[in-house]
Amino acid sequence: MSEAVKSQTAPVAEAAETLTVTINGQAVKARPGQTILEVAKENGYHIPTLCHFDLANLRYVNEVASCRICMVEDRKRGRLYPACATPVSDGMDIQTNSLRVIRNRRNVLELILSDHPFDCLVCWKNGDCELQALASEVGLREIRVKGERHQVNVDTSSLSFIRDSSKCILCKRCVTMCSQVQSVNVYSAVGRGFNSVISTAFDLPMIDTNCTFCGQCLSVCPTGALAEVSNIDKVWAALTSGKHVVVQTAPAVRVALGEAFGMPPGSNVTGRMVTALKQMGFNEVFDTNFAADLTIMEEATELVHRIEHGGRLPILTSCCPGWVKFFEHQFSDMLDVPSSSKSPHEMFGSVIKTYFAERQGLKPEDIIVVSVMPCVAKKFESARPELMNEGVSDVDIVITTRELARMIQEISLDLENLEDTPFDDPFGESTGAAAIFGSSGGVIEAALRTAYEIMTGDKLEDVNFTPLRGLEGSKEATVSINGAPIRIGVASGLGNARKMIESIRSGEQVYHAIEIMACPGGCIAGGGQPYHFGNMELIKKRMEAIYAIDDNAEVRKSHENTAVQRLYREYLGEPYGQKAKELLHTTYTPRRKF
Amino acid sequence: MPDGRTDNPQLIALQTYLNGLDKDEGSLIVALQRAQELIGYLSEDAIFMVGQTLNIPVSKVYGVVTFYSFFRTRPRGKYDIKVCLGTACFVRKSPAILNELATLLQMEVGTTREDLKYSLNTVRCLGACGSAPIVQVNDDLYANVQVSDVAGIIRRYLD
Repeated sequence: MSEAVKSQTAPVAEAAETLTVTINGQAVKARPGQTILEVAKENGYHIPTLCHFDLANLRYVNEVASCRICMVEDRKRGRLYPACATPVSDGMDIQTNSLRVIRNRRNVLELILSDHPFDCLVCWKNGDCELQALASEVGLREIRVKGERHQVNVDTSSLSFIRDSSKCILCKRCVTMCSQVQSVNVYSAVGRGFNSVISTAFDLPMIDTNCTFCGQCLSVCPTGALAEVSNIDKVWAALTSGKHVVVQTAPAVRVALGEAFGMPPGSNVTGRMVTALKQMGFNEVFDTNFAADLTIMEEATELVHRIEHGGRLPILTSCCPGWVKFFEHQFSDMLDVPSSSKSPHEMFGSVIKTYFAERQGLKPEDIIVVSVMPCVAKKFESARPELMNEGVSDVDIVITTRELARMIQEISLDLENLEDTPFDDPFGESTGAAAIFGSSGGVIEAALRTAYEIMTGDKLEDVNFTPLRGLEGSKEATVSINGAPIRIGVASGLGNARKMIESIRSGEQVYHAIEIMACPGGCIAGGGQPYHFGNMELIKKRMEAIYAIDDNAEVRKSHENTAVQRLYREYLGEPYGQKAKELLHTTYTPRRKF
Repeated sequence: MPDGRTDNPQLIALQTYLNGLDKDEGSLIVALQRAQELIGYLSEDAIFMVGQTLNIPVSKVYGVVTFYSFFRTRPRGKYDIKVCLGTACFVRKSPAILNELATLLQMEVGTTREDLKYSLNTVRCLGACGSAPIVQVNDDLYANVQVSDVAGIIRRYLD
């Protein structure tokens, strides 16, 4: 696999050398090592691609050159080359749109589509499919090739996503994502020739593999071969069931939902999203950000407790269900290291079905909690037996940002032009610290704002821990609390997480607290968000929007959330106390390493 | 099998062999060949052991196993029956012999029977074209086989 992935670091030393290449009759400059595709792009020439994707910020590029859509002609040598995987050489005379190139591209696409189901109208990827868009771009109107087809074979075993190998075009983006970026290695090419498919070890159903359900594979899949398990029908059924239906929305949803309605990346649509949810008929629209503040109370107190009582360090954040399952498989001998705190939406579900139910005079089984999450792993998480209380799940239904967008479209709302509505009381209040939970580095920054004040008793003047921000896969900082250095590590992307945990296991690095998010960049790039197809510029915009919410917030420390304070006063007692541990903490299960 | 611990003598022998190899992808094919020699096929336990000892993801090991036709993921039967479909045997009607075997043994060609007694496969030339058609059962070779001989051959391998 390593030959398919190359490091994107530019060759600095040889940069002085310049090549001259002709593209469509125009001479352009190029650097050695650049591909034809890169040079064409720099000079404004568009070459259609399919299997190619470039995670520049992650330094990974998928260039298996398996689809052959990007073939261009070198007139000097009289041959066709895949632009994505062919380095330029001096004097190349490239044609990106000659008749020969166009005919070839059409033939290749016809061959790909000759083994593809023609159910686009009812396919879950309809409108978001790169293969469909390419057929439109190329102007294909007929498939002349009638050949053998792969049988439809749908794996619905997991609660998070579906795989249909008949829609797979073997581009291996999912393999690159899962193996190279995430280091999870669920997928491999299995079999040979026409029978080869992307499958799992022993062709196991997804639920029996070490899949973390992070969903990054489906974020980059160009076709309908991977899709989330849709719970849209369950939500509509809940809303007409006569039960009390409560919805909560995660911090990262509000800065990405607008993209599904043609709004620019990074648009903050919080108030409009609440309006849409109200119109759908939810009894209450609450904010998971409230529960993020609650999570900080528990996690920060647990951190302080471990530091002051000689407990196990470092503490690892436990908000990310993909990370939790990864840890259970890979580091099953270290299950006492992660914080025992449940993730925010699960804490919320627990509070809704106890405190809120009692206040409203409702039975827990008569309440349905729906979570809108940027994540497909949350679907698996919500069914974990550890997250049930007397047979009742904390959270009943999880839908993704994409599913919410579809529901809003189903009821013909124009999100962009809706009025703003505030979240409902009492769980609508949240702080800037909660907002940044959606971004890599945000959870630990929020925890530090609170832990600092608990440990020192002083007011923290500058709440911005900027070294912990940004899209870098691994970040670290040392913070001085009561004169003692507290070492903080942050990793996003499971490959980076693995390296960081291995460094503490070997004793090479010492940290007091580590934040991990499974998706590169954090929840803003989650597997349930509008498809990013590897475009990290998009993720950057979402990240800026998250920090802008924090910047503009009046209250920026979780422990200053008055609704959270009231919840402890009226119901939970002390943070990390007996009742809080009962309702807001969980346990982990060792799983097999693959 | 909990990771790395087993009472199975074949797997213990495999573990000993694997421990002496370089822990990288270069060792994969020899490791799989040795595992198949020891166990007769590549069981899930064997594939896990190879992957985990050599630090290669199990999914990738499985991908390699399914790529090469030499590797088997199911055990072979006690009696491994091969019918030659090479040119000489073919023109002397070996397909009819193959059909007769499949009918009498009540199994599909290319499979191993549920009771693990018989495997029935085809081969391309055993180098004895002068005696075509040829049937091989484990190390026994049968030359100039007629359809009417098949029942008699099977009777020797009933236990």
